[in-house]
Amino acid sequence: MEPRVRHFVRNSEKALADRQLQVALSRTTGKFLENRAAAVAEFPRFEGARESASRIRQEALDNLDAHLARFITEARKRGAVVHAARDGPEAREIAARIAKEEGVSLAVKSKSMIAEEVGLNGALEADGVEVVETDLGEYIIQLAGEPPSHIIAPAIHKTREDVSRLFEEKLGEPYTEEIPALTRIARRRLRDKFFSAQMGISGANFLCADTGSVVLVTNEGNGRMVATLPRVHMVIAGIDKVIPRLADLPVLLSLLPRSATGQALSSYVSVLTGTKRAGDAEGPERLHIILLDNGRTGILQGKYREILKCIRCGACINVCPVFQSVGGHAYGWVYPGPVGSVLAPLILGLPESSPLPNASTLCGACGEVCPVKIPIPGMLVELRGDEREQGLKTPAEVLGMKAYASVMSRAGILEAFQRVAGVVSALLFKERKIEWLPFAFSGWTERRDFPAPAPQPFRKLWKRQRGIRPWTR
Amino acid sequence: MAQKRGISVSLFSTCLADTFFPSVCFATVAVLERFGVDVRVPLSQTCCGQPAFNSGNRKEARRMAAKFLSVFQGEEHIVTPSGSCAAMVKHEYPVLFRDEPRMLSLAYHVAGRVFELSQFLVDVLGVEDPGSTYRGKVTYHDSCHLKRGLGVADAPRTLLKAIRGVEFVEMEESDRCCGFGGVFSVKYPHISCRMADRKIERILETGAQVVTSGDIGCLMNIGGTISRSGYPVRAVHIAEILAGSEGAVP
Repeated sequence: MEPRVRHFVRNSEKALADRQLQVALSRTTGKFLENRAAAVAEFPRFEGARESASRIRQEALDNLDAHLARFITEARKRGAVVHAARDGPEAREIAARIAKEEGVSLAVKSKSMIAEEVGLNGALEADGVEVVETDLGEYIIQLAGEPPSHIIAPAIHKTREDVSRLFEEKLGEPYTEEIPALTRIARRRLRDKFFSAQMGISGANFLCADTGSVVLVTNEGNGRMVATLPRVHMVIAGIDKVIPRLADLPVLLSLLPRSATGQALSSYVSVLTGTKRAGDAEGPERLHIILLDNGRTGILQGKYREILKCIRCGACINVCPVFQSVGGHAYGWVYPGPVGSVLAPLILGLPESSPLPNASTLCGACGEVCPVKIPIPGMLVELRGDEREQGLKTPAEVLGMKAYASVMSRAGILEAFQRVAGVVSALLFKERKIEWLPFAFSGWTERRDFPAPAPQPFRKLWKRQRGIRPWTR
Repeated sequence: MAQKRGISVSLFSTCLADTFFPSVCFATVAVLERFGVDVRVPLSQTCCGQPAFNSGNRKEARRMAAKFLSVFQGEEHIVTPSGSCAAMVKHEYPVLFRDEPRMLSLAYHVAGRVFELSQFLVDVLGVEDPGSTYRGKVTYHDSCHLKRGLGVADAPRTLLKAIRGVEFVEMEESDRCCGFGGVFSVKYPHISCRMADRKIERILETGAQVVTSGDIGCLMNIGGTISRSGYPVRAVHIAEILAGSEGAVP
């Protein structure tokens, strides 16, 4: 996916004006949040589970090289071919080579954000491989030719009516707004693809180091079909997906679906270990696992390491009032919302992504819901600090901050300013409100009033009321 | 009425209340004095540095924080009518001074003495009845930093419900951000306004005449939106409701 993070402001303006999108956003995020709240309420061990999950993820990161080595050894032992990709281009190259060597012309794919991160579909299609998305949401946006707008609900920006029109237009199906009917259409269309594809492509929710297993969490069962029906299964996963033990899964699985969609458990959890063995009813004959770094070892060594604990549940995205207002496409990259606002600068670079860390009110809702306790708001502030240190802030902001600090450095200077402001205010703003501010502040007063400074500030009035003389300070 | 003689408090008036809403500071003092608290106002205080910190301008934030600490060190209780300013001192000063051991220990020392007004009244003074009268149907907006930052959500409600004449009504999504976010509201005014719109919708649904909160920033944003569009509700700081003295300055 070509990053468009720099255009956040322009994209968000468009999103705010898009009525259709606004309807879709409030319907879906509202439902996710309601369900999550209910799921958490009926799971009394939620806080304890968060604590354990956070520890497990931290443990995985603290010894990532050892866990990865173990995972690779165990997976190879069970017949997998493991590939290491340093970055997107390398991952694309490896994937294209695998498709070629395995003689693939049609691949079915389960939803994978990491595949979006590296632009996998494009690379395979350029080599003449047809890639069909089999997750319903992904199928919809593939038909529409759009990128996903949410990591667990890729078509969250589309209303039911949008999908009905899309199926009518692109598939020539009779118009229907019935969700079961729409699902049936997709299922019918996909069935043939599942049976004729030579390769299935998926991401991974977790990689278990001690067994070399790839864990897939889905609701539609398409992940399992992708992983077992075709002759070849290709997994692409970030190196941060590894967990020390298969036994760590229960606690992580108790949090992931609850945090994501509010389900106690997703409809399908597949633990895929190695290739098909003699006597196995199903499974791929060939299993390729591409482990992608793409900046993650760098993140691991720095102060943002904890962001790699992320299990991609999307809870921070759903709860974010900024995301709820502008949707995922405004963020301009694979990972939207709070987690994306941390990941984009770290993976794409801060100069490319500097609008994102600033696009948060620091309301703290993301940190509060995170099932692995990533301090996201603190990271956003930290990134803003890096922005200043790397000279990426506008001269106006830096100048403004310097001026502010000078005024605020001494009470006397502040008082002088307040005196002037008070006089001006008393003359110009009789109703104690400012309806128009210039320059960078003009946006504030477009639809809101700004309070006028009081004719006399508190401390001055206080001194007078209490008879405090300057020399008694 | 609970009276705790001999408790002394330093008022952390905040630059916003000092400059724009002196009545909020006087109301804060009035409520504290009603409970026998001896209130002092350190006159050399200015700003806690939150605007600089939140926007990533650490150098300026550190300068402000150092100033704040020099003004307030040695004070027994530091009380402020603003959740986000209290959270700034409590949680962010230690972040700012993480590489300066001497300042860090001072930051922790002062952080432990900072309270938001409703928190101080309920948790420290043990106030159950603020002893005031206020007529009207009132709803409460949870400031993000007061609720999620300081964990204060019950204290303001306890106090509001105990005021004679107040009909308290909860709004939906009371802890959803109003869209202020300090510098955010300047950098992304349209997103900020959209969030404020949703907050106003929730407020209006309650039929309350007054929306109150424990944070000047939220009230500037919510109040400014109300005043521009002429919605039939007023934004009033909780200190003024507790004091029963809206907008009063000597």
